[in-house]
Amino acid sequence: MKILVCVTSVPDTTAKISFTDGDTKFNKAGVTYITGPYDDYALSRAVELKEKLGGTVTVLNVGESDSEQVIRKCLAIGADDAIRVNCEPKDSYFTAVQIATIAAQENYDLILMGRESIDFNSGVVHGLVGEMLGIPSLSPVMKLEIEGTTAKMTREIEGGKEDIEASLPLVLGCQEPIAEWKIPNMRGIMTARTKPLRVVEPVGDDLTITEKFTLPAPKGACKMIPAENAEELIALLKNEAKVL
Amino acid sequence: MSVIIFTEIDNGALKKSSLEAVYYGAEVAKMKGTTATVLAIGEASEAELAKAGNFGATKVLHANDARLATGNIQAYADVLASAVTQENAEVVILAKSSLGDAVAARVAGKLKAAIVSNVTELPDLSGGFKVTRSIYTGKAFATVEMKSDKKIIAIKKNAVSVVESGASAGVEVFTPALKDADFAVKVTGTHKASSTISLPEADIVVSAGRGLKGPENWGIVEDLANALGAATACSKPVSDLDWRPHHEHVGQTGIKVSPNLYIACGISGAIQHLAGVNSSKVIVVINKDPEAPFFKAADYGIVGDVFDILPRLTKAVKAL
Repeated sequence: MKILVCVTSVPDTTAKISFTDGDTKFNKAGVTYITGPYDDYALSRAVELKEKLGGTVTVLNVGESDSEQVIRKCLAIGADDAIRVNCEPKDSYFTAVQIATIAAQENYDLILMGRESIDFNSGVVHGLVGEMLGIPSLSPVMKLEIEGTTAKMTREIEGGKEDIEASLPLVLGCQEPIAEWKIPNMRGIMTARTKPLRVVEPVGDDLTITEKFTLPAPKGACKMIPAENAEELIALLKNEAKVL
Repeated sequence: MSVIIFTEIDNGALKKSSLEAVYYGAEVAKMKGTTATVLAIGEASEAELAKAGNFGATKVLHANDARLATGNIQAYADVLASAVTQENAEVVILAKSSLGDAVAARVAGKLKAAIVSNVTELPDLSGGFKVTRSIYTGKAFATVEMKSDKKIIAIKKNAVSVVESGASAGVEVFTPALKDADFAVKVTGTHKASSTISLPEADIVVSAGRGLKGPENWGIVEDLANALGAATACSKPVSDLDWRPHHEHVGQTGIKVSPNLYIACGISGAIQHLAGVNSSKVIVVINKDPEAPFFKAADYGIVGDVFDILPRLTKAVKAL
C-alpha cells in the first residue's frame, strides 16, 4: 500500500484573524500554525493502514518554508518521507496542479487529504486532483477499509451517509471519525528529524487573484430578554427581526 | 456565452438551495446580457422543472438517464461538462453541497476553470470578474478576481435574496453520451435520517449542546424545531458523546450553516462552534450561565434554564 497524504499548515482554530498591508495579507503575527484538523484524520488513517497492511506513507505539503514544522510533526506521527512544493497555495486549481504533478510521478494506491482546509474551506482540491489524474474522488469520507484492491467507505451526505465501494487508486477527502488522531511519541519525534524531506518548485499558474480581505461587521449588542418573559422572544423574532 | 446552473433534485423536486443558485445565475446572466440555462439531472416532472423559470432561468436541460438516478460524482461531472460545451457557457453556478462541491471540482479540472467556493454575494463585473467569498470558516471575507475563461462559483446559502417572477422555463431533454468508467464507484447503501428538513437547507435551525444533559431530553428541542419548521443541530461534544448523529454537528469541523435564524440552547459558544454558525442572520442564545461567550455573538439572549424556557417558547410559537 503506497499512500500519499496531502496536508495543510493553517492557523490554529482559536487564532484571531486579522490582515496587514492594506488588508491584502494575512497577519501571521502571534498566530500558531497547526496541521489542518481534517488532514490530521487523513494522516492518522494512512498510518493505521500502513501498520496493518504494510507499505509507505508520504506527506505532501504545498507551502512555504514555514510549514516545515507541520511537516516534521507528520513525520513524527508515522509518515516515512515528505515532499514540500515551495510556494504559497494560491488557489484550489493551482494547489491541485501541484499535487497531481507529484502524484503522477509515482503509483499511489491512495491519495488522502482533509475534506477541506480550515483557512479557505473550499473542499474542492480532492475532486480537482481526481479529475487531473483520471481517477475517482470522494469526500467527505468518514470510514475507510481496504480489502485487496477494493476500498469500502462511508461518505457523509446531507442528513445521513452512504456506503461506497470502489477500486484503488482513489483520491479521498477525509473527516472524523475515520481514525483517532495520533499524537507523536518521543521516538517518532527523534526519527522525524532524519526522515527525508524533498523540496520541489511549483509548476503552472494560478487562475485567481485575491485582491483584498475584509472582516465581518461587528455584531451589535445582544438584546437580553428576562427569563420570566421568555415568550416575548417569539414576538421580537416575528415583528422586529422578521425571521418568523 | 451563457450561464449554466447545476441543480439537484430531491424526491422529484428541485432543491431549495438549487433554486437560490438558479436565481443567482439568472442575475449574473442579466449582468452579462445573456441567458441562464439550468441543468437538472434525475427524475422530475416537466412541470416541476419549468418552475426554474420562476427563478429567472429561460431553459432547463433535463438529463434523465436511468443510470443517473442516484448522485454519481463522475457521471454528473461529465454531463455538466457536456452541457457547458453545448451551451458555450462561461459561468457555472451551483449551491454548495456534498454532491455539488464534488461535481464542480471535477468540472473545473476538465475545463481548466477557476473555481471559487462559499461565495456570499453577486459578482462585481465592473473591472474583471470579481467575487466575494467567506474564508476562515466565516471569520473573514476575500475579494477574488477570476482570470480563467470559464468560471465556476459555488454559493453559500443566503448569497442572494430571491425574487420570484412567475415565469416558466422551457424544458429540453438532454442525452449526452455516458462513459461506463464513470460508474465504477458503487453506492452500496444509503442511510438517511427520517427528518424532512435538511440542516444545510433550513431557514431556521434549533441547536442544542451539553446543557441538555442527555440524549433522552432532546424531545423539547425537537418540539420547538417542529413548531418553527426548523432543522435540529447540535454542538461537537454532543456528537462526540453520540447523543446525536455526526451529520447534525455544526461548527468548525462539522456542518457550516447560514440560516435566517439560529437558536442555540445550552451551548456555551466555543470559538470553534461559532465558526460554523456566524453567518446566520439572527442568532438567539438560551443559556443558564450569563457569562457564556455565545451571548457576545448573539442578537437576542435569554439567561435561563432550557428545560423551563424551551417548552414555553414552543407554546408561544404555536399560539402565533
